[in-house]
Amino acid sequence: MTSTAGIAPANPHDSAAPAPRGRKLTGYWLILPAALWLGVFFVIPFYSLVSSSLFDPNGSVLTGYNMTWHFANYVDAINDYKGQLWRSIWYAGLATLACLVIGYVLAYAIAFKAGRWKNLMLVLVIAPFFTSFLLRTLSWKLILADDGWVVGFAQTIHLTNLLNFIGLTGTDDRLLATPFAVIAGLTYNFLPFMVLPLYASLEKIDVRLIEASSDLYASPMRGFFKVTFPLSLPGVVAGTLLTFIPAAGDYINATLLGNTNTKMVGNVIQSLFTTQGDYAAAGALSVTLMAIIVGLVLIYVRTSGTEDLV
Amino acid sequence: MAELERRTLLKGSVGVAALGASAAALKWGFNTPDRKQNPADCQAKDVSATDKRLIFSNWPEYIDEDDKKYVSTLTQFEKDTGIKVDYTADVNDNNEFFAKVANQLGSCSSSKRDLFALTDWMAAKMIQVGWIQKLDASKVPNLHANIIDSLKSPGWDKKREYSAPWQSGLTGIAYNKKKVGEVKSFSELLTRKDLKGRVTLLTEMRDTMGFMLLLEGADPSNFTDAQWQKAMERLKKADGDGQFRAFTGNDYVQDLASGNVLAAEAWSGDIANAGDDNLVWIPPEEGIMIWADNMLIPNLATHKDNAEEWINYYYEPEVGAKLANYNSYICPVKGAQEAMEKVNPENVHNELIFPTEKTLSQTHGFMALDEAKSRTYEGDFSSVTAS
Repeated sequence: MTSTAGIAPANPHDSAAPAPRGRKLTGYWLILPAALWLGVFFVIPFYSLVSSSLFDPNGSVLTGYNMTWHFANYVDAINDYKGQLWRSIWYAGLATLACLVIGYVLAYAIAFKAGRWKNLMLVLVIAPFFTSFLLRTLSWKLILADDGWVVGFAQTIHLTNLLNFIGLTGTDDRLLATPFAVIAGLTYNFLPFMVLPLYASLEKIDVRLIEASSDLYASPMRGFFKVTFPLSLPGVVAGTLLTFIPAAGDYINATLLGNTNTKMVGNVIQSLFTTQGDYAAAGALSVTLMAIIVGLVLIYVRTSGTEDLV
Repeated sequence: MAELERRTLLKGSVGVAALGASAAALKWGFNTPDRKQNPADCQAKDVSATDKRLIFSNWPEYIDEDDKKYVSTLTQFEKDTGIKVDYTADVNDNNEFFAKVANQLGSCSSSKRDLFALTDWMAAKMIQVGWIQKLDASKVPNLHANIIDSLKSPGWDKKREYSAPWQSGLTGIAYNKKKVGEVKSFSELLTRKDLKGRVTLLTEMRDTMGFMLLLEGADPSNFTDAQWQKAMERLKKADGDGQFRAFTGNDYVQDLASGNVLAAEAWSGDIANAGDDNLVWIPPEEGIMIWADNMLIPNLATHKDNAEEWINYYYEPEVGAKLANYNSYICPVKGAQEAMEKVNPENVHNELIFPTEKTLSQTHGFMALDEAKSRTYEGDFSSVTAS
């Protein structure tokens, strides 16, 4: 959805002069591979998903499921799992916010202050991708281990007390298996998706505009909020979408870093599909999550005041 | 203008057509079929005599291997019988394997396997939907003569007509003795203050709920809905109190060794194979859950006789002893303990391979559940493990 949003749709009618017949079709040929790909791996599975969300819930994997327009699946799914839906949005939102704060500073530094280190820093941003997502998340278990130095240090500076106070950890002074660990894991895993579009936006800014703002007696702070930040908005929007959307559906972080009371909607869907074999509820919950995300994204893009992404 | 209107009209009709097609696709495209079969109608011609082969799917690291001087049980079988065994370790998870073969076995076509090993409840499910062939009792005399009493008649296959245990194991408690004092009972996992937030239980519903039912004084192999509800409430309460850190598969072993988790519901073989002296496995006071992985012959297997010969061979005491010596799981074969004298005298009194009568008398299996019950119970359990 977001990956194609920034690309102008191929429209052969746009060219002013009438083009030769062959060239008229070029645009269509160019979108053909992507269209085929999305057709097979998005449209068909999407239909299958919507179809299973309307299965008769009395079916089973063994006796077969039939599509009976059973819309009540949605009511049941939302009633049963509204807690996890809300938690997913909340965790993904916090992680996106954390990514934005950390990522903006980092992208700003790379774009304007890195000098000859720019390329190296960009490589370092994507370096974590060289190892698997799963391994990186598992290594957080080692870092945040109950007897490890991170927890010891956090206790010394009373960070654990603070986190407990705002409700992100429990009372027993640990970090692993708490909401904090899940949100930290999400933040860590999706940070590069925030940094790269932010960097692309910031890097394009004409520095003379920022200089002009100081020539007009704007303080650096005012210059930032009046000039730099508005010009980087496309990156902010793209980055937040690329972070929030996968984070809301993620279940690896909640599985590995959370406890039994931090499960996200992805965990529920996975359990419904694989261990319980309840395709109807799993389908309804998946479509609900998708609808909520699309709704939030539409509201966000409308109100963010930018048409461009990146 | 005219062109624009025409285009709008065209767009509109395309939209309507797409919607119609969508609805039709939803209705017809993606239903799942009834997968019940009748094993009598899904038999293949047995080519065992002419095509001396056997295709067996098993769990990883579950069989002894040839070494310099050591001849494995599998190689010995090939030598004795002339049957070539295609042994594949492609069973990682019961549900995953079920998904792998469901389309074939569910539509009465061949799974391309003659034998596979699955845990009790999944074996029960497959037998129930008619995907499994009956063993010919006259071809597996060792099975019926030598199977240990505690595995002789599970609720789902009372006379072992369809299944033969490959290995068996116990579910109990493990704790890290370097980090915490002795743990004796399952109820301590739920209530002890010094274990709060440092306990893991297993995601296997039948293991965990078996213990919860025992705590209610119920029999896991025969309980009522009311007892189940009470057991669920107790589990929910302990979970709400923040007693549990997670519900896990095999991965609890690392957390237990590193000290993140102090005590866990644990499988005996995991702890035996972990090689960490600080980890202690104990049978809880409430009782022990026992499980087995069972060899099953699927519908349309083309080497059924060879598969039965294999099963019969593994129920010879010496063969059972050699296998258990490698695996450290419970040997399902009577007489293997005596045979162990020759294989490895050190293991003759290994409680994890040959549990005493006293231990075995405390074991419980889990009741066989029909599909609807199974889903209700899995659903209840998931509301705690994935909440």
